[in-house]
Amino acid sequence: MNQVKSRRSWSLIVGLVIISTITLVTLISLVWLPYPIDNTDGGRLSPPSWSHLLGTDKLGRDLVARLMVGARIALSVGFSAVLIAGIVGLTLGMAAGFAQRWLDESLSALLDILIAFPTLLLAMLIVAARGSSLTSAIFAIGLGMSAIIARLTRLLVKRVLAKDFITASRASGTSWPRIIVLHVLPNIWPTLIVSFALQFGLAGLAEASLSYLGLGAPPPNASWGSLLQEAQATVMTSPIAAIAPGLFLVALVIGVNLIADGLREIADPTLRRSR
Amino acid sequence: MNVLEIKNLDVTTPAGVKVVSGVSFSIAPGARLGLIGESGSGKSLTALAVIGLLSSQLKASGSVLLGDLNPQEILGAPERMLNTIRGKVASIIFQEPLTALDPLMKIGRQLAEPLRRHQAISGDALESAIIEALTEVRITNPARIAQSFPHQISGGERQRAAIAMALACQPSLLIADEPTTALDVTVQSEVLALLDSIVSERNMALLFISHDLAVVGQITDTVVVLKDGFVVESGSLQEIMANPKHPYTQDLVKNARVLDDALDIAKDGK
Repeated sequence: MNQVKSRRSWSLIVGLVIISTITLVTLISLVWLPYPIDNTDGGRLSPPSWSHLLGTDKLGRDLVARLMVGARIALSVGFSAVLIAGIVGLTLGMAAGFAQRWLDESLSALLDILIAFPTLLLAMLIVAARGSSLTSAIFAIGLGMSAIIARLTRLLVKRVLAKDFITASRASGTSWPRIIVLHVLPNIWPTLIVSFALQFGLAGLAEASLSYLGLGAPPPNASWGSLLQEAQATVMTSPIAAIAPGLFLVALVIGVNLIADGLREIADPTLRRSR
Repeated sequence: MNVLEIKNLDVTTPAGVKVVSGVSFSIAPGARLGLIGESGSGKSLTALAVIGLLSSQLKASGSVLLGDLNPQEILGAPERMLNTIRGKVASIIFQEPLTALDPLMKIGRQLAEPLRRHQAISGDALESAIIEALTEVRITNPARIAQSFPHQISGGERQRAAIAMALACQPSLLIADEPTTALDVTVQSEVLALLDSIVSERNMALLFISHDLAVVGQITDTVVVLKDGFVVESGSLQEIMANPKHPYTQDLVKNARVLDDALDIAKDGK
């Protein structure tokens, strides 16, 4: 049992190390970059050297500087989108889970439509209305995620409410708000947190694909997605420009998922048995 | 005055099916009543109706008066009023103790919730009240159980903990819905004996629900027999055992007899 426990906390530690590294890079990028983001003095597509550790892109911009700015974008997209999904999704999901039948059914229909609606199309509509910017991308990703979180929350709430211990708690005179705090939230949390982490990682990927299509952060700010897209044309001559942002993206997704695994472990004592 | 007075209770499903029809019975303070019926006979729904916990999709009509000093109508009462009655006037124990306890909360903390609310205590006083409550239901190692999660203790201990929770607000009526059905036979008789002695000690009224005539016979001598939502027979256990009128009751009695005879034969054979 102890062995399992320590293996589990390992995942939390490794995840935290990865995410804090990315956070640290983000913080540094706010005060210091090796070169200004629009500096094109490096010579086109120069290979890695001491002055440009990862080389430069086809306009002569330093890749390290662009990756650092990319980390900032990836984290802010992840956090803001998950925040939007958390607020909108949890509220809608809880409302639907607790609601009378008619309200539940109309909310569920609304969520189904939102889920069926491709995030990409939603993003294009928002970009068309507000212009291409990072905020538009965040809104689109956050709204798309809200529907997924809301539907999961609704299902989890319904499942918990059907349990005997809720009836037992009500039978002893516990009020609804107290039941939500004591029993409902703790019981849906372990599943939700994993979903949030997954969505956080997916937000990074979604932003990457939006940027790839030119719907994300406008230049010269580069997200990892747009770096990938730019590197595509020159991947044979300078593969590092494609590999580096790709690896960062993978590290972000893995890191967040490891943290979620560790947190779920803490939130759900029944998982601490043999596994 | 009765602690519970049910008159003409009807429960109807959204599809219009009557699952409880015209059920009436009453329990005096400190008295015990057994409610017998097979699954689907409406006995659990009757129990939920008593404490105002029927699903909002089910329609209940008739009258359920709860409380001996100040009887309150339960059917159609607002949630806020019901919350003042639940736990204090009446409390309920469920069949499956594993699902009746929150799997993510230590036993002690779950028990603390009704104790804290009812007795307005906290800190050390609350801690000792928890231990006291667990000791009352004869849990041998109350300090350890209080620190355990439901999945870490045995089925019998779980049911005892659930009983402690139901008793926490010192109800005048205890509803036990098949409290021993999910337990091993040996544990069953221990839990029955425990219920028996606590109900006498506290002078509580008891509504004991079961499908098993033999189990009911151990704890009460007045019974109501439910079949398909109707009361088919009621009276003292002896009367019903001696002279069952309804075919369903005759069946129940016959089966109980067969078991009894088999036990006798086994005993004589030794």
